[in-house]
Amino acid sequence: MLVSEQKPLEEILRSLEGEGRVFLLGCRGCAEACQTGGEKEVLAMKETLEGAGKEIAGWAALDFLCQKGLVKTGLYPFEDQIVSADSILTMCCGIGVQVTSSVVGKVTHPACNTISLGGSRGEWWGSERCLECGDCLLDLTGGICPLTACTKSLINGPCGGARDGRCEFEPEVRECGWQLIYERLKKLDRLHKLREISLPKDFARMQPPKDLRGTAFWSLGQRQEERTGDETLGTL
Amino acid sequence: MKLSELFNDGKFVITTEAGPPKGVDVERMLEDVELLRERVDAFNVTDQQSSVMRLGSLAVSALLKRRGIEPVFQVTCRDRNRIALQSDLLSAYVLGIENVLCLTGDYVSLGDHLGAKPVFDLDSVSLLLTASRLQEGYDLAGREIAGSPTFCLGAVVNPGANPLEPQIIKMEKKIEAGARFFQTQAVYEPERFAAFMKQVEGFGVPVMVGIILLKSAGMARFMNRNVAGIHVPDHLIVEMEEAKDRAEMSVEIAGRLIREMKGLCQGVHIMALGWEKYVPTVLDAAGL
Ligand code: SF4
Ligand code: SF4
Repeated sequence: MLVSEQKPLEEILRSLEGEGRVFLLGCRGCAEACQTGGEKEVLAMKETLEGAGKEIAGWAALDFLCQKGLVKTGLYPFEDQIVSADSILTMCCGIGVQVTSSVVGKVTHPACNTISLGGSRGEWWGSERCLECGDCLLDLTGGICPLTACTKSLINGPCGGARDGRCEFEPEVRECGWQLIYERLKKLDRLHKLREISLPKDFARMQPPKDLRGTAFWSLGQRQEERTGDETLGTL
Repeated sequence: MKLSELFNDGKFVITTEAGPPKGVDVERMLEDVELLRERVDAFNVTDQQSSVMRLGSLAVSALLKRRGIEPVFQVTCRDRNRIALQSDLLSAYVLGIENVLCLTGDYVSLGDHLGAKPVFDLDSVSLLLTASRLQEGYDLAGREIAGSPTFCLGAVVNPGANPLEPQIIKMEKKIEAGARFFQTQAVYEPERFAAFMKQVEGFGVPVMVGIILLKSAGMARFMNRNVAGIHVPDHLIVEMEEAKDRAEMSVEIAGRLIREMKGLCQGVHIMALGWEKYVPTVLDAAGL
């Protein structure tokens, strides 16, 4: 389970600047449960964006955007709409945005921030990782997470240690994340994104929000446990 | 004295390195420094170079300053978070240190404390930005500070990086964040360096070309295999291999490289890696 919250509309509109036609993509997995990217939220976003003068090329809400295979097959019927769009706005966790960006050769914007659960992954395991940083940067990095793809979690470009596209740490197994980001941005004609200085991250946002504990998002058995001290799974 | 004053006077600036020892015995390092103090403008004091734990660059920079020698205080983001980095910058200023080189830092895996927690709270760009912020009288959290430091901030760039474009974009970000001079990774190919300088000439920031003294053909091959952005061409390796006196050949090559590149840039940064005693002859050979 990954918990997400929608970014402020202002920020979403800023990321869509200069893009008239947008394809909306929601997720019927965690994002639906979080009410950030289910069908209902996608339709609400459609209305909001249309109100802001955007044309919606189409929309879909698929099962598990964290699963590449499902995303590929799920988006197949929408191919024409996607091709006609300038970009995709993906309404889910950082994993789903990364998967979409890697599957579809289109600029993909995150509509949500992924909230820290103190360490948790997507429901289906791919190579995409999200550190639940609470302030998603994927818009600047071509849909590849710099916090997880770069060994040093650098957010302003490559260090001097990359060699032939490999990281200075464990080059046998690690690609340089910033090489991947550079190539992706170049392919998407978005290299100017690399020129924006990213301010130091707010690590306070990487702590799980206080009011999340004791809810079903934190642990299904949490309330029961707290009440009874019983380790067995409680009901929602 | 700030390096920027020298650049402004149109001087070709010469720096080299002082490597703090692993321990507290600073005699040898200071001897090396004394040997060169009349020939160079400043000494970069390395910060736990290659992630190996040593005496700190702040302490050694202050030691040099006390002796009337100009340090360039190197600061990496590997070992300190934003609180410690800002504090060390303030400490440096009250100790009279005026030149600061801001680096990301190597990963901990290169060093001798493999289990250390890599920090990287800031990166080279945001470290420069932070130092600039302090100069304006504010800390990173936006709070006013009592009295502000002034520094000459420097950064590094690797002209041999492949691809070069992200390096150059990052260089521009560093300038925007406050870098006022650059030192480069070691360069052995003047033509490639000339092409690089052509690309960055519009930036208006002085660049000091990096030179590492070659100690042997084996060392050259090792760097070619293992160090990012360093390429020693075959003809130099052959020259080192066939040399009767390796030190003499090393000096000859370094002097020649500097002569060929000094017209292209604003200074040179010589990394002697233990061969400090040959630096004066390198400078003689380079006509500096
Ligand atoms: S930037 Fe990375 S860690 Fe932060 S929310 Fe986006 S994908 Fe997750
Ligand atoms: S080599 Fe690339 S992935 Fe590795 S730390 Fe440097 S920028 Fe990050």
